[in-house]
Amino acid sequence: MDIQTWTYIIVGITFALYIAIAIRSRAGSTKDFYVAGVGVPPLANGMATAADWMSAASFISMAGLIAFMGYDGAVFLMGWTGGYVLLALLLAPYLRKFGKFTVPDFIGDRYYSDVARTVAVICAVIVSFTYVAGQMRGVGVVFARFLEVPINTGVYIGMAIVFFYAVLGGMKGITYTQVAQYCVLIFAYMVPAIFISLQLTGNPLPQLGFGAEVNDGSGTYLLDKLDNLHEELGFAAYTSGSKAMIDVFAITFALMVGTAGLPHVIVRFFTVPRVKDARISAGWALVFIAILYTTAPAIAAFARTNMINTVSNVEYKNVPDWFTNWESTGLITFDDKNGDERIQYVADAAKNELTIDNDIMVLANPEIARLPNWVIALVAAGGLAAALSTAAGLLLVISTSISHDLIKKQIKPDITEKQELMWARIGAGFAVIVAGYFGINPPGFVAATVALAFGLAASSFFPAIILGIFDKRMNRQGAISGMVVGILLMLFYMIKFKLGGFGGGTADDWWMGISPEGFGTIAMIVNLVVALVVSRITPKPPEYVRVVVEDIRHPKRLD
Amino acid sequence: MENSGNPKPDLKKYWRENLRYLLILLSIWFLASFGFGILWAEGLNNIRMGGFKLGFWFAQQGSIYVFVVLIFVYVYLMNKLDKKYGVDED
Repeated sequence: MDIQTWTYIIVGITFALYIAIAIRSRAGSTKDFYVAGVGVPPLANGMATAADWMSAASFISMAGLIAFMGYDGAVFLMGWTGGYVLLALLLAPYLRKFGKFTVPDFIGDRYYSDVARTVAVICAVIVSFTYVAGQMRGVGVVFARFLEVPINTGVYIGMAIVFFYAVLGGMKGITYTQVAQYCVLIFAYMVPAIFISLQLTGNPLPQLGFGAEVNDGSGTYLLDKLDNLHEELGFAAYTSGSKAMIDVFAITFALMVGTAGLPHVIVRFFTVPRVKDARISAGWALVFIAILYTTAPAIAAFARTNMINTVSNVEYKNVPDWFTNWESTGLITFDDKNGDERIQYVADAAKNELTIDNDIMVLANPEIARLPNWVIALVAAGGLAAALSTAAGLLLVISTSISHDLIKKQIKPDITEKQELMWARIGAGFAVIVAGYFGINPPGFVAATVALAFGLAASSFFPAIILGIFDKRMNRQGAISGMVVGILLMLFYMIKFKLGGFGGGTADDWWMGISPEGFGTIAMIVNLVVALVVSRITPKPPEYVRVVVEDIRHPKRLD
Repeated sequence: MENSGNPKPDLKKYWRENLRYLLILLSIWFLASFGFGILWAEGLNNIRMGGFKLGFWFAQQGSIYVFVVLIFVYVYLMNKLDKKYGVDED
């Protein structure tokens, strides 16, 4: 069977599965809709969190990015996993004990202020929309590449599927489809990785094959071989980076703290029955994430080696089929600058004749390694699972912000449970449509806004939540001024260096050599300092708030 | 020191012990990622573990394994601490 038939079959089966789960887990109350009835077992929540967290970017783009960045790719690997330690140790158990539905719930109640609640809602909505546009686009792109339908048709199909289970089942529907989606995506990621590891090194575990000898009898280690290839072509060694150390440090830290501050991740820990379940499910989540995140750098090194070996200094007329296939999509381009009909792939931009898109490393990997057609179809289903699961989690945050944080808590507190549930469904439907719109008309600054999402979460939520738990003296004046100053500073830096506002600037003008991607670290520290200083010169929080804080610090309900 | 029968658990002491665990575990978290994976990665790259340079391994593999272990150690320690101070949920 050809690739397309396989893709239709495998994608069709997975979609049918998601719909069946959605029908079985309809939401009957707002508690079902917002937090899945607080009845999700920790292991299932771990899987759902992993799928929620790992987006189209993790699945499709990350290994390719690492392949081109070498050592520097570690910023993503450490940055997007280390945040779970912070979540498990500093946030999840306490927020679970607090026991409300949303992050703005905590901010609003802890800081006894609707201004704080509104600031939190605005941050949550901006962060989530930024993210979700990319996911919808990802669904469209996967459809377009594997099934040869227009990107927009792919976006519509994705919208229809998400609409179905998010509106019907809320958090309850999302949770169990995410569990299924995790299984699909991890299987789809590991199968080609294992095949390629075997081919290249004879070791079935990519994590070990990564550090093993190449299978060609030369006795050279894979990474040494890759370093040598890089040196020959004029690139920096694969295992040493080219970014400044302070920037690597700042980006890693910003991504970790941003992860721990992302509302769609935090709310997952509201869905388990007990505080101890929140702790352990963060552990399970990281186990499930680590399976993909320790495989990705191995795939990166394998793919990089394979690619250089296959195309470097090869006669253009002798390139393999996959090369011409992907050339037609525009993701690979060859420009024979010196007219020798051979492909020169070198670091020197004036002599380099080959341009390769990051995404190919995962999407074309099975073809490069000559794997069977069903494996290629599986990768398509995995990419879709990754994009849909993340999109659903984000849409839920947006819908809850509207129905719970805005309507129930501020505009119309006297609405009934039934009405609130209806508003939650309307909110989810509205969010799907807006996300679809951005998927079809992606804003030109998408690349900039993804970094902005992490920077925003790091510079706003993270300090406000941490201080709310660990500093009893923190009051609303401190928290609000910290959040506002943190966000504005982050926005200023992003607009200046990413979008050219406020006079623009180049990498030479970065403060302390820190890129906009890493600036969340600085903005977060500024938030912390401002909050601490302001809180010490303004009145203490009311007594009942101190009681609440003392209560969330231990698991037992003491009445 | 079992005092789960005690109606008034010593929450101040419980919190202090919790903070001590956090300090220790987060120091390891910092060391494995920012320390071995970034700050001292270049020096550690002179040491090899099979085909890996050690600093590179910590940056792209080791730190992640350490993160996973840290969470499970924390869960174990806290479940014990909850029982010791009688604030567990069972």
